Amino acid sequence: MTEQTQRQAYWTANLKLVAWCLAIWFVVSYLFGIILVDQLNAIKIGGYMLGFWFAQQGSMYTFVVLIFFYAYRMKKLDQKFNVHEE
Amino acid sequence: MDLKILTFLVVGATFALYIGIAIWARAGTTKEFYVAGTGVHPVANGMATAADWMSAASFISMAGLIAFMGYDASVYLMGWTGGYVLLALLLAPYLRKFGKFTVSEFIGERYYSKAARMVAVLCLIVASVTYVIGQMKGVGVAFSRFLEVDFTTGVFVGMAIVFIYAVMGGMKGITYTQIAQYCVLIFAYTVPAIFISLNLTGNPVPQLGLGSSMADGSGTALLDKLDMIVNDLGFALYTAQKKSTLDMFLLTLSLMIGTAGLPHVIMRFFTVPKVADARSSAGWALVFIAILYTTAPAVGAMARLNLVETIQTGPVGAADGNLVYADRPEWFKNWETTGLLAFEDKNGDGRIQYYNDKSEAFADKAASFGWQGNEMVTVDRDIMVLANPEIAQLPNWVIALVAAGGLAAALSTAAGLLLAISTAISHDVIKGMVAPNITEAKELLASRLAMAGAIIVAGYLGINPPGFAAQVVALAFGLAASSIFPALMMGIFNKNMDNIGAIVGMLVGLFSTLIYIFWFKGWFFIPGTEMAANTADNWFLGISPESFGAVGAMLNFLFAYIVSKITPPPPEHIQHLVEDIRVPMGAAKAAAHH
Repeated sequence: MTEQTQRQAYWTANLKLVAWCLAIWFVVSYLFGIILVDQLNAIKIGGYMLGFWFAQQGSMYTFVVLIFFYAYRMKKLDQKFNVHEE
Repeated sequence: MDLKILTFLVVGATFALYIGIAIWARAGTTKEFYVAGTGVHPVANGMATAADWMSAASFISMAGLIAFMGYDASVYLMGWTGGYVLLALLLAPYLRKFGKFTVSEFIGERYYSKAARMVAVLCLIVASVTYVIGQMKGVGVAFSRFLEVDFTTGVFVGMAIVFIYAVMGGMKGITYTQIAQYCVLIFAYTVPAIFISLNLTGNPVPQLGLGSSMADGSGTALLDKLDMIVNDLGFALYTAQKKSTLDMFLLTLSLMIGTAGLPHVIMRFFTVPKVADARSSAGWALVFIAILYTTAPAVGAMARLNLVETIQTGPVGAADGNLVYADRPEWFKNWETTGLLAFEDKNGDGRIQYYNDKSEAFADKAASFGWQGNEMVTVDRDIMVLANPEIAQLPNWVIALVAAGGLAAALSTAAGLLLAISTAISHDVIKGMVAPNITEAKELLASRLAMAGAIIVAGYLGINPPGFAAQVVALAFGLAASSIFPALMMGIFNKNMDNIGAIVGMLVGLFSTLIYIFWFKGWFFIPGTEMAANTADNWFLGISPESFGAVGAMLNFLFAYIVSKITPPPPEHIQHLVEDIRVPMGAAKAAAHH
């Protein structure tokens, strides 16, 4: 692979990863926390209704995990495509 | 020990700490002043970002907002945290790779246009100045309430402290001070929350306590109980949705992209050593933010429960079901003297009735009880966090700590915003446009003078707030969401975005949002100049002015895309620049000296 195509492949892989992460980001906040909140509230976890839990707790925990997951996977991609910093 | 003396001691000790750090972390170069020499460890930077981000509003107001809005306040929780995902995935690593000092500098170079840089500087200064007014006001309020000094004196003391460490240390001094401020504010926030959660549910972790059963042996879940008791008094169910789904959706989105577009947050990611660090540092920032933001819903719900139960001591409607005013607890009296809590005995029975007298469904019931209106005529939502330690009967040193925590939150955010403003003036306006050949020593002097000037302006506006102080947060987020975020994102992800497209997009986003906000809130917030009443019936598709930033951003993307298709593509060296920032390799090294 030339450097040019390698960089292109790296960027495509990055975009794919970003798209997956943003899909999860959307699902836990907008879908579970807002759009489907009433349906999910029929399910109870301890004293929490599930939709309410996603809106006030779960979405935030997911955001944290998501960023570290992205950072970890990008580090792997940086190595794989040899575009990492010294 | 006397509470007032104790508060002076605790607040004084934290101030001494901040100044000590400032002397230790003096900035010697512009690089240290603007980006702390890009040598800040990602975890340290995350902590500083968290303090930078969490303002007096997060510390003092948010839990109160949640207490009275219930589920609907989720928009703030998700909106002000979800933006960090966008930052980490879409902006921070690329802007770090670009390796310059300011957000406007990136826009200016990426769109090879001084006009674009100017538009960005303008948005940045307006957003930051409006935001900083609220912080200075927060400092004044915290001082006047806890130390019983004059509001103006409070602002002056706050200005002096920020002046010392921000002018001396720039980003370097601010970063290390913010780390200390984060520790103070998070400790002050969580300690009372832990005790209150323990009291009510027996669970010391507030995040779990909120989903637990009451410790009173009834086995009822805390949230179910809260729903029940507020509903019995005619209030809407705590966990139910009151806003429209579309408006909640758009408000959350506006706050998220606004967060990702706020310059004082973005510039924090210029300070880490490597591109990979920018990604993980956003994660650390969110960890430290989430500690407070996931505690806040518990604080809000429990404070609401405590407040209602303190007043409604027995069954609703029973003659002796309400608290006798003469028997009210000490904290109630303390807050009455501030005017933030007020009682008026409307039916003359000497007892306090706290219920929703705006509910028509409940009106008949209330009348049959002999209630003649809600007697808690003022319950300022800001007192929820501040009164918490007193309600939970915690020792005086915890109360003193909460005062120091509130001040830390306000000062750290103010310092970050002031740095964003002074950097824009000295680096983007003076070095970038007026005098490009200025020496480094002179630029450093200019940035210190700009910082001093910004502090004086912010202090003045804090003491004499324009009538619109409460509205400005919507404006700051709306501007950042509709103008800055799309320009940055397209600059990285669309290689063919050109200067004209970007400028048209920014202006369309900026003005559509400004006009929509002014339309319902008055031109420049001047009362009486509204074009239509600010009610849901008048809003376009039911979208509130606060939520319009997301629509402005979409218009920005749309117009920029269309214009870029019919205008010449950017020159080759710009396309190479974009390709270059997309890979981490070859990022500028961190400064070795300290």
